[in-house]
Amino acid sequence: MDRVDVEQLKKGEVDLGTSIMAVQFDKGVVIGADSRTTTGSYIANRVTDKLTQLHDRIYCCRSGSAADTQALADYVYRFLQLELQFTQEPPTVHNAANVFQSMCYSNKNALSAGIIVAGWDGINGPGVYNIPLGGGLFRQPWAIGGSGSTYVYGYCDATFKEGWGQDETIEFVKNTLALAMSRDGSSGGVIRMAVITEDGVERLFIPGNELPKFWEGKEVLGATPKLPGWQDTPMAVEA
Amino acid sequence: MTSIGTGYDLSASTYSPDGRIFQIEYANKAVENSGTAIGLRVKDGIILAVEKLVHSKLLVPGANRRIQTIDRHIGVATAGLLADGRHIANRARSDAASFRDLRDSPASLKWLADQIGMYMQAYTLYSSVRPFGASAIVGAVDKDGPSLYVVEPSGVYYGYHGAAIGKGRQLAKTELEKLKLSELTTREAAIEAARIIYLVHDDTKEKEFELELSWVSPETEGRHVPVPADLLEEAERKAKEALETFE
Amino acid sequence: MDHFPTNWGRPRNDAFDHYNTYPIPVRPQNNAFADSVQRTQQPIVTGTSVLGLKYKDGIMIASDTLASYGSLARFKDIKRLHQVGDFTAIGASGDMSDFQALQRDLESLIISEEVTEQDGHKLGPKEIHEYLSNVLYGKRCKMDPLWNSVIVGGFKDGERFLAYVDLLGTTYTSSTIATGYGAYIAQPLLRKAVEGKEDVLTEAEARKILEDCLRVLFYRDARSLDKYQIATVNASGPSISDSIKLETSWGFAEGIRGYGAQTQ
Repeated sequence: MDRVDVEQLKKGEVDLGTSIMAVQFDKGVVIGADSRTTTGSYIANRVTDKLTQLHDRIYCCRSGSAADTQALADYVYRFLQLELQFTQEPPTVHNAANVFQSMCYSNKNALSAGIIVAGWDGINGPGVYNIPLGGGLFRQPWAIGGSGSTYVYGYCDATFKEGWGQDETIEFVKNTLALAMSRDGSSGGVIRMAVITEDGVERLFIPGNELPKFWEGKEVLGATPKLPGWQDTPMAVEA
Repeated sequence: MTSIGTGYDLSASTYSPDGRIFQIEYANKAVENSGTAIGLRVKDGIILAVEKLVHSKLLVPGANRRIQTIDRHIGVATAGLLADGRHIANRARSDAASFRDLRDSPASLKWLADQIGMYMQAYTLYSSVRPFGASAIVGAVDKDGPSLYVVEPSGVYYGYHGAAIGKGRQLAKTELEKLKLSELTTREAAIEAARIIYLVHDDTKEKEFELELSWVSPETEGRHVPVPADLLEEAERKAKEALETFE
Repeated sequence: MDHFPTNWGRPRNDAFDHYNTYPIPVRPQNNAFADSVQRTQQPIVTGTSVLGLKYKDGIMIASDTLASYGSLARFKDIKRLHQVGDFTAIGASGDMSDFQALQRDLESLIISEEVTEQDGHKLGPKEIHEYLSNVLYGKRCKMDPLWNSVIVGGFKDGERFLAYVDLLGTTYTSSTIATGYGAYIAQPLLRKAVEGKEDVLTEAEARKILEDCLRVLFYRDARSLDKYQIATVNASGPSISDSIKLETSWGFAEGIRGYGAQTQ
């Protein structure tokens, strides 16, 4: 049926369909991700951890090919370790993002990786960097990524405010991811989050059966009414 | 019928000098000679009843029904030529089905009566066809509640509280007028309908008949179905009792 | 970004067959002139697996309530189970517009049977299944298939009936049936739980089996939802439940970190 074809092989590989997010606040950043890994529509892993540590207070959120992004993260991790030894200074978030950027850009034809780098460093404080598919680098106060993100741009634009504290930022990340996961078949499972501040990293976990609930709809157009249709009622309008 | 034999009665496409179409009037004769059919539109539903004359003892009881179902909620009782009645019913069924297909909801009786009316009227226009020798009482409970129409061979149709066609229509109408139709329940009306059919049956001329009785009532979930056996039995018994005491 | 909705959410190779449609259909590449062969259609708004089983008193059919648009979870409270006449329930995976067309078709079939025949006979699950197989096979012969896998189940004259029919007109009967992903994931579980016990399983046990299968499907099928309905057909006729929420468990995943050596 299928020839052995690298292109085909590449297409069939494990994919982090994904909803990922990172948001800056005064003291640090909140990052978050769903936990679904798929091959086509088969869920290969329902409890994936897509929040990957690059350094003590620098993380990335991975989306795209699982193999590509793991290889990239491993490379950047090694790079930052070497850098630490050479300079005897902790790397900045900007450093980490730049290494990612150059790898993603120079190998853009071979990679499918959309990465958000976020964390805290002693020079710039909190930082969120978005590195989308082509290998560009964009610093943002908040970033979303992965297939699920397309469903929640409007929600984020309408909701985000500058100047939030930690708790409000966590709520924002949690709600955004829950909305994205509920609409995107390639996202789902649990929400994993991490709060990264000068004080360190705190991991947060929302089980799949305790996700924030939003409107899920009721069917209003039933099958043909069994009996004479004057029982048709106007569509319910919520008060 | 003074114009019989004047030549203006041979075609549905020819008027008589005084503006009549005799073929339609002859078609009405076919209806008038038929066993009586009545319809009652009451508070919570409709009843159809037919005096089905049985011309041979060899017939299977219940054969050749004159009350038919058009759609789940619509019934029809015809008087006149049985075959014409069946053709009208089949035509009405396909009308009602195509209404459903197009709109995903059941047809109203007003709409259906109009369709039947237009169809029957088309048979009064051409020399190549004859008008239908049948009238139809159509009844239903639809989105506007219970309704009842009679469509005649000319294609005209009127809405009624109570309707009667066929041989015994005059007496039946008199009886119907005595009833407070809009206050009756379907169960009460079923009894009255049976009584009227038994009353108008003239057993000096016709020996045998079967009572056909159908309804759309709160008990039928909006469907047009024959009344249940126990109610039919009760209605016939009471009808016979009433005959004893009549006049 | 692939801007063709019809390609969204599809498997990116043909390693598996989405709707049991062996041989696997060749999908148009959205390059209208690359290949002169044009397919008649493809599913757009789709439902995933449907499960069916026999139990002591009749049959049960279960499905979730999601209609997907590629990978978009577009309609989250849709009925994929449907009552047909007085003895039958059907459930469909595949294209929802085609399933609705089937529902309309069956509705007018039922009406014309009860209205015009009036012969005291009513259509049971066997007749509905035979009719559906003729409709589906007829459409595939016109190269315009109705893109569904349908489970037909019912109870009439003291007899249970459970059967399958798909867009090609393929049919079979079995005491457990599963469509779509369910054929891979739920069917083995159903067979283990049901085969040989069709006359023993109670309604509660049967329901539990279906719920367990739906749960595994929710864990493993990226086009599924944790909201479902169950149709039961037994001597008292068909009944279709309201939508019910699945109980799921995730707590064990709290301590998982990274994909290898990562500890925080």
